[in-house]
Formats: sequence, structure tokens, C-alpha cells
Amino acid sequence: MLNIHLGATFAFLYIPIAVLIVLSFNKAGLPTVWSGFSVEWYGKLAANPKILASAWNSVIVATISTLIATVLGTLLALGVERAKPSPARDALLFAPMIVPDIVLAIALLSFFTLIKFTLGLHSIILAHVVFNIAFVCAVVRARLKGFDWSLTEVSRDLGAGHLVTFRKITLPLILPSVIAAALLAFTLSIDEFIIAYFTAGAGQASTTLPMQIYSMIRFGVTPEINAMASIVMLVSFALVLLAQRLNHGRIPGA
Amino acid sequence: MPPRLISWLLMAPGFLWLTALMIVPCLLIFVLAFFERGTYGGIDWSAATLENFARAFDPLYFSIFLDSARIALIATVIALLIGYPAAYAIMKAPERWQTSLLFLAILPFWTNYLIRTYAWIVLLNPVGVVNNVFIYLGVISQPLPLLYNEFAVILGLVYNYTPFVILAIYSALQRLDPSYAEASRDLGASAVTTFIRITLPLTAAGVAAGAVFVFVLSIGNFVTPDLLGGGKLQMIGNLIYDQFLTARDWPFGATLSGLLIALMMIALFMQAMASGRARGEHV
Repeated sequence: MLNIHLGATFAFLYIPIAVLIVLSFNKAGLPTVWSGFSVEWYGKLAANPKILASAWNSVIVATISTLIATVLGTLLALGVERAKPSPARDALLFAPMIVPDIVLAIALLSFFTLIKFTLGLHSIILAHVVFNIAFVCAVVRARLKGFDWSLTEVSRDLGAGHLVTFRKITLPLILPSVIAAALLAFTLSIDEFIIAYFTAGAGQASTTLPMQIYSMIRFGVTPEINAMASIVMLVSFALVLLAQRLNHGRIPGA
Repeated sequence: MPPRLISWLLMAPGFLWLTALMIVPCLLIFVLAFFERGTYGGIDWSAATLENFARAFDPLYFSIFLDSARIALIATVIALLIGYPAAYAIMKAPERWQTSLLFLAILPFWTNYLIRTYAWIVLLNPVGVVNNVFIYLGVISQPLPLLYNEFAVILGLVYNYTPFVILAIYSALQRLDPSYAEASRDLGASAVTTFIRITLPLTAAGVAAGAVFVFVLSIGNFVTPDLLGGGKLQMIGNLIYDQFLTARDWPFGATLSGLLIALMMIALFMQAMASGRARGEHV
């Protein structure tokens, strides 16, 4: 009984995804009826300058916000795990993951407007770092929970400085989870829609891929969206799979 | 350097970033809530007022709050009903499969939310896959109105958030000492009694964590009601969106967001209570 339920749950989770991927190879203009195998929608996608430009914007935003968040989040995790436990601090670090996107989005829009900060790709990057710091910090902290701090003490006792100890002992030990955290942060950022939508400002120049997808979805169901959706999902799957391998099978759900 | 100083130096850049770009903007929202919209949009800073709060409790808007809470609650209950047995099945599976099964359950959560929601438009629309299959099988003769209603919104929320429920409950089940359930069975309790009296209460923290997550993210959701509700169904998220981007009444949008944050805090507080109680029972 339990296993049937589990099978049904997996079917529920994966059939919609599978249907999208199958339909992306559908020949007909009608996206929901099968009429023969074709890859022409993938070709159309590659020739659409708006989609390519927005995909490039997303890569820029995700790369820079991931780099910043990985450095700050890792330092934060190292600091927090050394400091005395504090529920208030933990709550603060948990907040970016649970605050509804729309609330953070309008809060940032109001804030940027009030301080007369020009909106664009850079403001999306600043905003994405907020939730990415929290995720990176959570992943690295989970790794540090089992960390043997006596290793760093030995290194210090033997005369190594803080920086040398970090570079030679701590970093190599936590590096797989730091990279895993970075991959997950990149995935989150490249998929994030609402906060980017509110902090992008006007114009096509700062449109990210999810913003482009959103405007296309609102316009209607097209085989082109199916093709794009398939690519975006497979890229995410690959990144998360890689992160999971690096992090010894553990990935956080949030 | 003293260890405390090092720890503070390590934490400083991250906390500065979160303070400047999360705490300050959220506090700003609370401040904005007490002012009124200027004549030409923007904010009239000349006088503070409670007008926005009165307006938020006007039946017109308050009913949207209630509707959102109801939809979020239904989605939460369904996600728990699907997620708990699924997590239990993963826990009962052979050890070497558990990590892979759990990974498979969470994987969809890490893909694009818009696309996962869009998939349901493809499935549920009048000429979509579900209707076509039903018509082909002769179950129905006319396409069912599956899309752009409350059913579709709840389905979308359940679909998007069930993976997290599975994760939260699985980790609670994994922390549970199996000897409690074994003792209960040895003393003659049935499997059902053991589950209701032992397993369920001891995994209440996981249930609470999963439930709060689904509820909070559902009640503040914007994308799902927008895409699957077809604009006919308004939830708080859409109302806030409209106040900011359409009506340009930022202070009222800020008030609604402030109330949403308050609701979220209440939910988190209840979760903390539930997990505190669950921990107490372990001791």
C-alpha cells in the first residue's frame, strides 16, 4: 500500500514534467496534441534574440550573485558555527527562505526607490544575494556540524596563522559543500522570477529568462515554451545532481 | 585575535548584507503602512494614519485574506496527506535506496517554479492532455473546466510544495528511535494505534515544519493564482502585486504585506511551539 502511494506520488511529481518534455518534440503548432517528432522548436528557440538575450542576463545575474553569496555565506557559516548558539540569529538566517517572495520584492522595490537607486541587472544581483546567502550558509553549516575543530587547533598549535590554517585545513575539508552550495545558489538565482521582476526596472535590457518565460506563458501555450521549459529544467536537474554528488548525497529542500 | 572577534568578523559582511537589503527594506514596509498615497502616486509623508489598516479590514479586502487563508489551508492539508505516507514509504524502503528516493522526491522543487506551474496549464486546459485522455477513454464527452479556477490553484500549490513536506517529515521520521514503535507493538498495540499514539506525535515537529512552509508560501503566492486562477481568483499576493504595479498605492500594498508578515510570524511561532513540545516528549 505504502509503496503504491509512493509510486503514485512520484507519478504526480514527474508526469507533468515528462509531458512537457515529450510535447517539446511535437511537430504540430498545436502544443497539446501529438503529431510527429520534430526538433524544430528548439531551432526556433535558438533563433529568438529576445530569449537569448534574457538567458544571457540570467546567466550574468546568477553568476555574480552566486559568487558574492558563496563568499559571504561561507564566512557567515564559519562565524556562526564558532559563535555561541543564538536562536535569534538562526531565525534571521532562516528568514530569507521563508519570507514570501512578493514581500521581499516590494520591500526592495520601495527601498531602492526611496534611496533613488537606479534599477537594472545590478539591483537584481543585490537582491538575489539576500536569499542566496541564507542558502549557502545553511548548506555549509550542515557540513560544519560534523567538523572536527581540533584539526584547526592542531594547525594553530603548530604555529600556522589563521589564514594558513583556513587555506590548508578548513577550506579543503569544506570545499565540496561550498561548491555544492554555489551550484544550488546558481540554480535558485537563474530560476527566480518575482524578486527579479520587481527589482529589474523597466525595459528589455534587464529582462531575465524567467521574466521572459512569464510574459510568454501569459500570452498562451506554445511549443516554443515547451522546448525552452525542457532545456531550463534539464539544466537545473544537472546542476542539482552535481551538487548532490559533491555534498555526499545530501541536498537541502529549502 | 580572540575567537569571539574572529567569529564576529566572519559574520559581519553577511549580516550587513542581510540588514541592508532585507531587514531595512522590510522595516520600511512597516513604516510605509502608516502613510497615504500621494496625489500623483508616491508617498505623502505629511501625516501618519491608520487608514490603510482600516481599509485592509474592509470586507472587500478582508474576504481576500480569508479566501487566501482557506486555499492555503486546503493545500497544506492535501500536501500533508500526500507527503506523510510518501515520506513514511521512503523511510521503510531499503537503506541503500533511501537517499536516491528522497533526492527524487525533492528534485522537482529545485526546478523553475514558473515552468512547473505552466506544465499544469498544458495538462488542464480545455484541449489539454487530461481532457484529451478522458475524452479518448470515453469518460467524458465535453472537456471539463479544469483550469482557471480554485481547483487548479490548489492543485498547483500542492504540486509545487509537496516535495518539501516529504523532506520535512522524512527527516523527522529518521530522527525517531524505532524502539518506541517496537515497544508499542510488543505491548500489543495495533499498527494503527502505534502510528496514531507513538509515531505521529513524535514526528509532530516535522509535520509542523512542512505545514508552516506550505501554508506560508501558499498564502503569499502570486504566480500560481495568477497563472492557474486565470486572474479570476485573487489572493493576497495578487492584491499586493496590483497595489504596487497597477493601482500604484504603495502604502496600502505595504500594509497588506505587513499583515502577511504578521500572519507568517504567527505560523512560525506555532511551529516553534509544536517542535518544542515534540522535543519535550523525547526527554
